[in-house]
Amino acid sequence: MLSFISKRLLVALLVCLTVSALSFGLMFVSGDPAIAIAGAGGRAEDAEAIRVAYGFDRPLIVQYLDWIGNALTGNLGQSIYFNVPVTEIIGNRVGVTLTLGFISFLVALVIAVPLGVAAALRPNGWLDRFALVIAVSGQAIPSFWLGLMAIVVFGVWYGWVPISGADTWQGYILPVIVLSYYAIPELMRITRSGMIDVLATDYVRAARAKGLPMHLVISRHALRNAVLPLVSLAAVQLGQLLSGSIVIESVFALNGLGRLAWESLLRSDLPVVQAIILVLSLLYVVLTTLADILNAVLDPRLRGNS
Amino acid sequence: MSDANVETARPTVWRKMRGNTGTLIGGTLLAIIILIAVFAPLLAPHDPIAQDLTRRLLPPFWHDRSVPEHLLGTDHLGRDYLSRMIYGARVSLGVGLGVILVSGFIGITLGLVAGYFGGWIDMVISFTITARLSLPIVLVALAAVALGGASLTTLITVLGLLLWDRFAVVTRAAAQSLRHQEFIMGLRAIGASRTLILFREILPNMRATILVVVSLEVANVILLEAALSFLGLGVRPPTPSWGLMISEGRDNILFDPWLIALPGSALCVLVLAVNLFGDGMRDITGPARK
Repeated sequence: MLSFISKRLLVALLVCLTVSALSFGLMFVSGDPAIAIAGAGGRAEDAEAIRVAYGFDRPLIVQYLDWIGNALTGNLGQSIYFNVPVTEIIGNRVGVTLTLGFISFLVALVIAVPLGVAAALRPNGWLDRFALVIAVSGQAIPSFWLGLMAIVVFGVWYGWVPISGADTWQGYILPVIVLSYYAIPELMRITRSGMIDVLATDYVRAARAKGLPMHLVISRHALRNAVLPLVSLAAVQLGQLLSGSIVIESVFALNGLGRLAWESLLRSDLPVVQAIILVLSLLYVVLTTLADILNAVLDPRLRGNS
Repeated sequence: MSDANVETARPTVWRKMRGNTGTLIGGTLLAIIILIAVFAPLLAPHDPIAQDLTRRLLPPFWHDRSVPEHLLGTDHLGRDYLSRMIYGARVSLGVGLGVILVSGFIGITLGLVAGYFGGWIDMVISFTITARLSLPIVLVALAAVALGGASLTTLITVLGLLLWDRFAVVTRAAAQSLRHQEFIMGLRAIGASRTLILFREILPNMRATILVVVSLEVANVILLEAALSFLGLGVRPPTPSWGLMISEGRDNILFDPWLIALPGSALCVLVLAVNLFGDGMRDITGPARK
């Protein structure tokens, strides 16, 4: 068990390093970050001044080590646009993204798991078919468009919810509905297929044969084993909800990390963009690693072969 | 050997496809959209980027104020909406196809090599897949397009370099299971070269699996292109991209919601068609799904 966890942590650490190098390297996609910051029409002297001021004239590896070293001590650099520490800006914005992500995730789970179980109990029943329709349509509707249409219908036509911002809790209603709508199909599908597998096993048949009511068979025996694949998927989904909210945040004018990243890109505030990419990637690595470890704790069979 | 299989398989695929309503609907819709994209210059009644500021924001045909020359009305710059919608199909399908060529090449090669050779090669490639999966796709794509200069080529390159993961995962698993099959062992025993085994024997045997991934990824790419263009960092104006049209129509959604309703619906229909077709192909060619 310990060796599994340490191996998994080593991989996670390596992934973190790779991802940090990638988000660092992203700055140099355009060739010269100084010119990107000065703007395409900027004067050469300005670009040169920026190059010296931000240390872009140093060797790449030195810049990277400097950046990652600072990042480890909680210093993600200085915003070029606001001229305040990046961590401060991110700290102000991260709350909205986390709130949105976690609430959407919980809503999705609360809806998807019972539906998945119900669908597994009667494969090809009406609920199963209805779930399929939801899943197929969810895959085809662009999230930002669904958000806009929801604003038109519920915000403008009916006036039930505010059309932008999150000053009140009502501002979260539409974004949460839209975001969770996209997480539900996958979560439901995996609950359903997990349940179908488990329901066919001998121990479930034995539990039923000894006369245990169906709801106890499900809650005590079947569901516990069926949620195993759900754990990994849930981690991935939560990570995607957090990083994928960039589009939704800009549709609903929520001041979260995603919108901050987008605004920072438009004003060439590269240190902020870099930091957000790093934070979101690390968050994802942490979530998936935790899920793997949790899975190994729940299911001893997984510890051997990974 | 694989050729003989295909000859006998083809008629069954067609027969099954006729029996499968979803595939048939998906395939037909997709074919229609492809035809629209190909023959856009013949079908579009107007130049999609020609502006006429005297005829701005005309409504579509179901409104009283509509005019017959502009069946779906005009946008905020007086451009014919129907023509822009028609040309928009070109952008969506073009980007979808372009990205799949790049990402499919990268992913299939990596997956094939990792799955067939195993060992440390597999470890390195699997690690690369894990690292790639932890990157926030939309954000990295936005940043790369913003820094690399927004253009169709940058967009296709960036998305192609980012979206190879599913190809790699699926091909890797398929190659792993195929490498122990008897006909591959036999070929190795008679001394067939690795390249021959990989590209002439293993790859053709994955055709059905790859086709399914292609359909999933095309749908994914179309939605991503729309999202990036919507955020202003995808296709450049005045290119008629459905995502960009939604973004441009956004300022007028209070009074003219059809400006976003139309291109959005077009996106839904296209992605739905691709998905239905892909799902059907999976049911027809692959093993039964749970």
